[in-house]
Amino acid sequence: MTETSLPAATAASTQDLSGRRLNPLAAIAIFGALVVIAGIVLVPILATALGGFKELGELRSNLLGLPHVWVWRNYWGILSGARYWQVLGNSLIIAILTVALTLACASMAAFAFAHLKFFGDKFLLSYLELGLLFPLATGILPLFIKIRDLGLLNSYLGVALPQVAFSLAMSILLLRNAFKQLPSELLDAAMMDGCGYFRYFLFITLPLTGPILSTVAVISFVGSWNGYLLPLVVLNSESRYPWTLGLMAYQGQYNTMWQLVLAFITLTILPAILMFLFAQRYIVAGLTAGAVKA
Amino acid sequence: MSANGWAVVLVFLPPALLLFTVFVALPMAEAGWFSFYNWDGYGRPEKFIGLTNYGYLIGNATFSRALVNNGIIIAVSLLIQLPLALAVAMMVAGRIAGAAAFRMIFFLPYVLADVGAGLIWRYMFDGDYGLVATINGALGLQPYYLLADKDWAFTAILIVIIWKYFGFYMMLYVAGLQGIDKSLLEAAEVDGASSFQRFRYITVPQLGPMIRLSIFFAVVGSLQLFDIVVPLTGGGPFDTTHTMVSFLYYFGITRMRVGFGSAVGVVLFFICVTFAIGYQRIFMRDD
Repeated sequence: MTETSLPAATAASTQDLSGRRLNPLAAIAIFGALVVIAGIVLVPILATALGGFKELGELRSNLLGLPHVWVWRNYWGILSGARYWQVLGNSLIIAILTVALTLACASMAAFAFAHLKFFGDKFLLSYLELGLLFPLATGILPLFIKIRDLGLLNSYLGVALPQVAFSLAMSILLLRNAFKQLPSELLDAAMMDGCGYFRYFLFITLPLTGPILSTVAVISFVGSWNGYLLPLVVLNSESRYPWTLGLMAYQGQYNTMWQLVLAFITLTILPAILMFLFAQRYIVAGLTAGAVKA
Repeated sequence: MSANGWAVVLVFLPPALLLFTVFVALPMAEAGWFSFYNWDGYGRPEKFIGLTNYGYLIGNATFSRALVNNGIIIAVSLLIQLPLALAVAMMVAGRIAGAAAFRMIFFLPYVLADVGAGLIWRYMFDGDYGLVATINGALGLQPYYLLADKDWAFTAILIVIIWKYFGFYMMLYVAGLQGIDKSLLEAAEVDGASSFQRFRYITVPQLGPMIRLSIFFAVVGSLQLFDIVVPLTGGGPFDTTHTMVSFLYYFGITRMRVGFGSAVGVVLFFICVTFAIGYQRIFMRDD
């Protein structure tokens, strides 16, 4: 925790929602409650990270204390092996494919729906928006058969393409709203100058809607990075496993050696935590705005 | 429309339409079709058995238990998780010391994948190592295997669900709280409204759209819960902790019973879609 200043010292400047000063006792009570909740949230994560530095026997009695002896070989063994890097690499490839294809397909479709009137446009848009209602699990068995018949089983695309398809509804909705909000004079002026829709899309629309594009990218990246059910069904060789499947396989293999499993958990959730710390603004805005605007 | 406009439509729409049709719409329709067959997924579905798969579901104790479990998850989400999220949001939306840091800490579990969070808690709940073992050891008790206890394993899953998701709803409420016009609260205070009255008659109604939205997400998410069950219990002990989707996975997918699994999917589909449409018609019409 970065803010450890005493509550009493800051209570004087503490205000409630309406900007009114809280009385110091209330401020201390609230601060205390928040510290307790933060403890409950952080204890399992910290215990896991610390557990990776301990001997197995120590995990019986020493949950949160520092290790009696810092054991580096649990982490080092994983970091120096190929397995960890392979599952991260697989996750990264799948996530990048998913994000790139989602951005491309969704922005193009959203552009057409935002600016052009054609026969059946309303119908096609509501058809795509049905995706917001459909649970992935319902179609998972037919999806498996389709992917098998297309020869995409055990391939990165076999995971990425359905992920793109399932994120299209939300992405198109967000992007279409943003594209429509660009001033229409821009489009009129560009058309007068003979710009054409394609160049308008590439050189005006996309550069002007960076924030919403990054929101869509964040949503589809996090969804793909954390995905479990789809890769579980599509991928069958461990060399293709993303980290979520790799973690479960590792846990299955070293079932009783918690010190190793804890180190592996810590290392595999580390990229998400680091991304979150460095890009928290984008990630929080992306994940909540996605929910709110849709 | 100009030729240029038509070109855009013909180039820009097909990729999205094709992907959506092949990987979302068709599988949904096929799930309905396959659910009338007894099929192992090879060749073509030929053994038409009518509604037999659905009949199996009605008489299946594990599936009934899974449905009840989904109901419990919804109830806990609405009655414990969302109120907790709102209470915490009220605490961190003001200018309390460290508010920004607290918000980030509470949101953190939401960013972790369910399987990661699930395994972390499997360690916490393990009988020989971790939190439960440490407490039991300190008290001199026998080892206790919470996740193997058929009376309490599901409660353990509920704890993990609250731990992982309350921060997301808190963040939604914080966004809503920050949008409330402060002069409303000030005016009410000048008029002598107590802090409870201000909460009840200004904050909650002003948060209305956000609360309705959070209820929607909580229900739809609860209905589709799967990832977190696998690392914690895998549906055990004695099949007491399944959800609809974990039931679909363990009894449909892993055994390649395409028809039976699809029937489960269709039930899930109707529950989700009925809820989503009904809820939006009734509660979210004006949002």
